[in-house]
Amino acid sequence: MPAPVISAHQLVKSYKVKGKPDFVAVDGLSFEVAPGESFGLLGPNGAGKSTTMKMIGAVSTRSGGDLQILGLDPDRYGPEIRSRLGVVPQQDNLDGELNARENLYIYGRYFGLSSKVCHEKADELLAFAQLEDKAKNKVDQLSGGMKRRLTIARGLINDPRILLLDEPTTGLDPQARHVLWDRLFRLKERGTTLVLTTHYMDEAEQLCDRLIVVDKGRIMAEGTPASLIREHSSREVLEVRFGSDRNAQVAGSLGGIGERVEVLPDRILIYADNGEAALERITGQGLEPITSLVRRSSLEDVFLRLTGRSLIE
Amino acid sequence: MSAAQTDAGTHPSLDELRAEAMQWGRKPRRRGGWYVTEHMVRAMRAYGWTIIVGAVGQPILYLLGLAVGLAALIRVPIVDHGQEVSYLIFVAPALLATATISVASEELTYPVMAGFKWRRYFYGFNASPLSSPQIANGVVAGATARMVVASAAYYLIVWLLPFGAVPHPATGWLAVFAGVLAGLAFGIPLMAYAGSIEDDKGQFALVQRFLFMPMFLFSGTFYPLDSLPLWLQWIGWVSPLWHGAELGRVATYGAAVDPVMVTVHLVYLLALAVVGYLFARRVFTERLAK
Repeated sequence: MPAPVISAHQLVKSYKVKGKPDFVAVDGLSFEVAPGESFGLLGPNGAGKSTTMKMIGAVSTRSGGDLQILGLDPDRYGPEIRSRLGVVPQQDNLDGELNARENLYIYGRYFGLSSKVCHEKADELLAFAQLEDKAKNKVDQLSGGMKRRLTIARGLINDPRILLLDEPTTGLDPQARHVLWDRLFRLKERGTTLVLTTHYMDEAEQLCDRLIVVDKGRIMAEGTPASLIREHSSREVLEVRFGSDRNAQVAGSLGGIGERVEVLPDRILIYADNGEAALERITGQGLEPITSLVRRSSLEDVFLRLTGRSLIE
Repeated sequence: MSAAQTDAGTHPSLDELRAEAMQWGRKPRRRGGWYVTEHMVRAMRAYGWTIIVGAVGQPILYLLGLAVGLAALIRVPIVDHGQEVSYLIFVAPALLATATISVASEELTYPVMAGFKWRRYFYGFNASPLSSPQIANGVVAGATARMVVASAAYYLIVWLLPFGAVPHPATGWLAVFAGVLAGLAFGIPLMAYAGSIEDDKGQFALVQRFLFMPMFLFSGTFYPLDSLPLWLQWIGWVSPLWHGAELGRVATYGAAVDPVMVTVHLVYLLALAVVGYLFARRVFTERLAK
């Protein structure tokens, strides 16, 4: 296995809060990312994912632990590390007063690239982001999905070794998400190391070779999407609804069906290797759910199992 | 990339990556601030006409109003530091400083607020190799570029147009720098303040009304400061405009200002700019690392 391009050991970030004990946003994360790997941080809002990304991005300093990016310590070599990273932040921070092409051009200058190289890269990346016909449009006139693609393109201006993506598709419609995923697949194929945070389990399943599930600043589990599901959930899940006022009451009489029963406010989840068989047993008891659905287990279920909470609250 | 590549597949070794990063970091470390300046100046093109019309139109309007209007009314010369000068000669350097300060208070507030809050582009700069102090430097340098343009345009107009407002052109051009220095002394502390604002509640409108306007009215702009009662003169003493205008008057018509006071004016303006800069740097660094 090649040496990791990111290695974090007992990484901690805490903030001072007046009159209260320090708030610990990241509480001892340890992980490594291999070159060319696509690595995900999955967790709910406030889990410490963005804070971790800022430390990897060498903009926020750590409060404790060890961190090496491309073999360098971000405390000392921030500019050097950042010169080889591409960053796609959660909130777009393009310059709305410049047009799409100028945003790419000027960002290239920040890396010390010559004017000529910046022009070439700008055109190449406009094509990559499928924004050639929007080159002269001011950023304010672009749609959310286009801005996102432009931000990703901007993150690639320096041919980064590692691309950091913080919630890359939050707020996008399904079609725009798929276009974006396609672009990210292409980067992955080219060997760019991707590190992304998301609270969408389908996104994590689509894009990540390996991921850590993070909650309250700690790692709850680590593995490939498939192995995490295998380890922490059943093969299938049966979802039944009896109406919000009856769910809890009915759940009491479902003991023994499936491996585990989880009651959510709007539905009951029954974890079983055979969902259809579980449903037959329920109806066999004379219970008639309003709706029922059998599906495969997802990372959402893993998260629910590990934290007792849902990813999107 | 060849030898080390063998055991790491298609990926370069950590040593190679490290060396590559060190190489890439060199230029931004040295010149990063100028890249921000380049960006700011490029962004100014979006409102380029406003800048040019403002820089040329404002002095012409003021001078016409004062030369043709007010000066016709005030026929008695002004006595400034025991020296008699025409009204227009007296006000021109103060108006130049005012114009420059007003550019500074524009360029060092709204773009800073936009960078942190409205558009958040400073966070974009900060994800690149640039450091926070370089971002602050670049913003100051970009604003200074526009101040120099405004101040120089003002000077050229009062000097070249037939208002006869610059009796000493040999030293008169120094008024351009007095104006820019006054602009920095007023603008940089304001930039630190702008960087610290988390919520936009119209603070800049208040700055305009309760800081800029009183400064404009009570800084010996339209009459010598010592003609005000003492309890109002302090506004002039603390205001960068008065210090800048006095320096400008020494430059354009050799106003008989005590050399000690010339030093005081220079030191005061420099001190405001430097202290403001240290604050601004800290505000930028802390806010961007959050």
